[in-house]
Amino acid sequence: MDAVPNWFRTLYDTTGFNFTVFYDPYDWDRYVNGLKTTLLLAVTTILASLVIGAVGALLQGGPSRFLRGLVNGFVVVFRNTPPLVQIFFFYFGLGTLLPAAQTADGLRVPILDNVQWAIVSLALFAGAFNVEIFRSGIEAVPRTTIEAAEALGYTRLKAYLYIVLPLALRVCLPALNNNLINLLKTTTLAYAIAVPETLYAVKQIWSESQNVLEMMIVLLATYAVLVGILVWIMHRWERALRIPGYSR
Amino acid sequence: MLKVPTADEPIIQLRDVHKSFGEAEVLKGISFDVRRGEVVCIIGPSGSGKSTLIRCINALVPVTSGTIRVDGIEVADPKLDKLALRRKVGMVFQQYNLFPHRTALQNVMMAPIHVLGQDKREVEVRARALLAKVRLAGKEAAYPGEMSGGQQQRVAIARSLAMRPKVMLFDEVTAALDPETVKEVLVTIRELAEEGMTCLLVTHEMNFAREVADHVYFTDHGVIVEHGSPETLFSSAVDPRTRQFLSQVL
Repeated sequence: MDAVPNWFRTLYDTTGFNFTVFYDPYDWDRYVNGLKTTLLLAVTTILASLVIGAVGALLQGGPSRFLRGLVNGFVVVFRNTPPLVQIFFFYFGLGTLLPAAQTADGLRVPILDNVQWAIVSLALFAGAFNVEIFRSGIEAVPRTTIEAAEALGYTRLKAYLYIVLPLALRVCLPALNNNLINLLKTTTLAYAIAVPETLYAVKQIWSESQNVLEMMIVLLATYAVLVGILVWIMHRWERALRIPGYSR
Repeated sequence: MLKVPTADEPIIQLRDVHKSFGEAEVLKGISFDVRRGEVVCIIGPSGSGKSTLIRCINALVPVTSGTIRVDGIEVADPKLDKLALRRKVGMVFQQYNLFPHRTALQNVMMAPIHVLGQDKREVEVRARALLAKVRLAGKEAAYPGEMSGGQQQRVAIARSLAMRPKVMLFDEVTAALDPETVKEVLVTIRELAEEGMTCLLVTHEMNFAREVADHVYFTDHGVIVEHGSPETLFSSAVDPRTRQFLSQVL
């Protein structure tokens, strides 16, 4: 059981490489909690950004000029501004404007805490890109295929759900892959509003233990593995969606 | 103006239908009737508005003026219930337009389940029977990309029939097929016609029109030039444009 901690303790004693995170239970807990927060941020923002992308792309091609304008405005704003600035805007700008509850001691309890603001702003940031990515897929679906659905009585929404989106997804999956990988890495920006995700936790550890290089290695390896897992999932999804005999 | 359709009233009725795309007037006053159980073919040179005409009937293309009535439904009515219309009117396209991400069986089952909310098991029984009817038993699990054009087109016919339409529209359904697969699709359509399905076809298959149609319309430049039974139209056409067209294609 103690083989791993003992090994890293010996490593420190013999070479000076101090991976506290692997033998000090307190540092290990902080690291694991950071990892959990990163996973929470990644999973929620990936799912939310996919929904934003799918709904946005539907409205963008819809009959309502108002909604089309709204989606286009949203995409411009969130694509043309830095994600860190967006996080600051939401947390420090909007966060203080919203009404807040108070505890019995008179402490201010905001409606959304820093983790929730990070999720909201990161989901919108990645969602804006996803709208454009889904649009590229939708434009590749032949007009005649949609016409066939219409002739069978499908409404625009049902045709979108059952025919257009499934086909569009297959076309835009490589681009979607890239954006979701970027999103996973961009969750580190939540550090800036003190969300205790992996970067934040690791930074705390190296500040106290003076082992920047070692914790940097741990940090880089952690994200390399996380992105590796995401890529593996996306490739499995891509394979599952492959259509026999279908070529473009 | 909703009228209760009577048995002898035409199931499709067009009166003075005009359609323009911008400046170009594609249909210049088309009127005709299709009665229940009839097989009607529309022939004519490319660009004469045949496809536009057939697409107006199930409201894929809105008319500019004139009236179209399909089994009591006013198609040009701005408050048209599109679903009600499309339940009555099945359509088969030149390019098959199957849903490539679904198998043959799923293609046939999708619309009754998604659009009509029918029970999945009941629909599956019907879909399998329809695939057998178009001679595709055993191909249920094949994806469109794994089938020949003729097979895909027969799936498209079965898919349309799964909605239990009263009228079938065929828009040059053999034009994209290899010569050897044209026949299998025409056989399927002929069987449908013999069962009493009302069929309206835009076609270049003159022999098929001659053998199967009850009535043939020749259109050119957006007007009906001449019409009649296939015997009269093909053997003793009056209008020089009809005669010239027939001499080129027969």
